[in-house]
Amino acid sequence: MPVRHPWRWVASAVVLVLLAMLAHSFATNSNYGFGIIGGLLFTRPVLDGVLLTLGLTGAAMGIGIVLGVVLAVMRLSPNPLVSWVSWAYIWFFRGTPVLVQLFLWYQLSYLFPHLSLGIPFGPRFVTFNTNSVIAAVTAAILALGLNEGAYMAEIVRAGILSVDAGQSEAASSLGMRRLQVMRRVVLPQAMRVIVPPTGNETISMLKTTSLASTIAVIELFGAVQQIAARTYQVIPDLLVACAWYLAITTVMTIGQFYVERHFARGAQRSLPLTPFQKLRGNLAVWRIRVAGSSR
Amino acid sequence: MVRAEAVHKRFGPVEVLKGISLEVAAGEVMCVIGPSGSGKSTFLRCVNHLEKIDGGRLSVDGALVGYEERGGRLHELPEREVARRRSEIGMVFQHFHLFPHLTVLDNVCSGPVVVKRLARREVEEAARELLEKVGLAEKADAYPRQLSGGQQQRVAIARALAMEPKLMLFDEPTSALDPELVGDVLAVMRSLAEEGMTMLVVTHEIGFAREVGDQLVFMDGGVVVESGRPREVIASPSEERTRAFLEAVL
Ligand SMILES: Nc1ncnc2c1ncn2[C@@H]1O[C@H](COP(=O)(O)OP(=O)(O)OP(=O)(O)O)[C@@H](O)[C@H]1O
Ligand SMILES: [Mg+2]
Repeated sequence: MPVRHPWRWVASAVVLVLLAMLAHSFATNSNYGFGIIGGLLFTRPVLDGVLLTLGLTGAAMGIGIVLGVVLAVMRLSPNPLVSWVSWAYIWFFRGTPVLVQLFLWYQLSYLFPHLSLGIPFGPRFVTFNTNSVIAAVTAAILALGLNEGAYMAEIVRAGILSVDAGQSEAASSLGMRRLQVMRRVVLPQAMRVIVPPTGNETISMLKTTSLASTIAVIELFGAVQQIAARTYQVIPDLLVACAWYLAITTVMTIGQFYVERHFARGAQRSLPLTPFQKLRGNLAVWRIRVAGSSR
Repeated sequence: MVRAEAVHKRFGPVEVLKGISLEVAAGEVMCVIGPSGSGKSTFLRCVNHLEKIDGGRLSVDGALVGYEERGGRLHELPEREVARRRSEIGMVFQHFHLFPHLTVLDNVCSGPVVVKRLARREVEEAARELLEKVGLAEKADAYPRQLSGGQQQRVAIARALAMEPKLMLFDEPTSALDPELVGDVLAVMRSLAEEGMTMLVVTHEIGFAREVGDQLVFMDGGVVVESGRPREVIASPSEERTRAFLEAVL
């Protein structure tokens, strides 16, 4: 007896009606300006905005991940001072809005027009001039990255705690030191728990970079706002931004699958299939069926 | 090799080791038996400083475990030194604790590569020989989850041996195994004993203790109740508690 799912049919009908309404609105309401969107997608300012958005996302996530690992390891340190510093960091950066932090860093670049790298109260090795266009981008990267570090720290910590304590004991008993145990044994296993929420954070960061437009960073959202201010075609411009954000998110989601698969090594007896492998498998089965029935 | 004098250990208010004294000479095999919760694992973990002792003296190969005596006072060793001393002591756990993200061969190489900082090429040959010795040469490229419990435990022994330890600690190495897999692991341990390895073995395998052990220690409630030559202790225990325990497990 085939199983019947009457509610699936009802739900499908509702979705179809809604889609039809949306399509009708697209077709009849010229305010969307679909004609313009295609032309705008690949214009110079939009593409520059996309590149800057990608750069901001990459840099902020890079800082966030490195910082997150350091903070998580610090948080689990047997040294109470080290652990407390990490706790305080997370407390501050998680407890204040990222938009406020963004403005704070931007303002700081005015407070400290020269940022230098060197020994405290000693000689300076490198000096950055902060008060320029670069200052806004730097402030954005710092603000987003440092804020992300606090969230990543908690994700990494959860990952570390998910690894059985027996693993660290076995590694310690071989003579590995604490950081060696972390790097060689615990973190690689923690990755299985760390990667999925990190993918989530990256996608979230992609969209959060749009806040940088508030401190005059012309990333994707900033770019379409500028175009909209000139042309008054606000909705088509916003839809252009949406299209790009969606496209990048899609690519990231696919990338995440492969990263997860990489870190699943040894966790299961066999690795999950990639969509291509599944497709090939299905095709093979289908071909056998066809061959079987034609005989 | 191992000398314990009145070793005490407490977890919060609970005293788990209430003065353990024993001595294992180089090349000797000491088996430790006793009921669950008697402190066998805790003592073993104290020997390589996975637990800190609260009283008494515990030394391995003449050096205090985890401490250094200077001017009549004990100083805690820095992490680096604790790790170095652990690298000279092999430990095998009840639940193997192989590194699941590494192949069998990489598991065996992990100690020398990470701790001794030797090149992978240099240690690979020795690692393969160890796998041969535990009868798993053909599993070098498998991942731990693809092995049976008995095979995993033999890899764990090879991994510990790769550090060329002067002392091996075994914490119920066969308790998590199906009965038919126990024999392979015990055979590896027996050949290790015959090669002259100093071993401290917590086990419920009375047969192994009788045939391979040089000394047998019966622990209960955090104290050594009885010790002696395995055959004598097993055949004619002098303490009532030992007799009751042996009757229950035999
Ligand atoms: N980390 C810990 N914190 C608190 N209590 C502990 C801890 N580790 C062990 N204990 C307690 O110490 C006692 C001795 O434990 P231990 O593991 O040494 O026993 P055992 O003789 O190895 O037993 P088994 O045969 O079941 O392995 C137990 O009562 C246990 O509950
Ligand atoms: Mg135990």
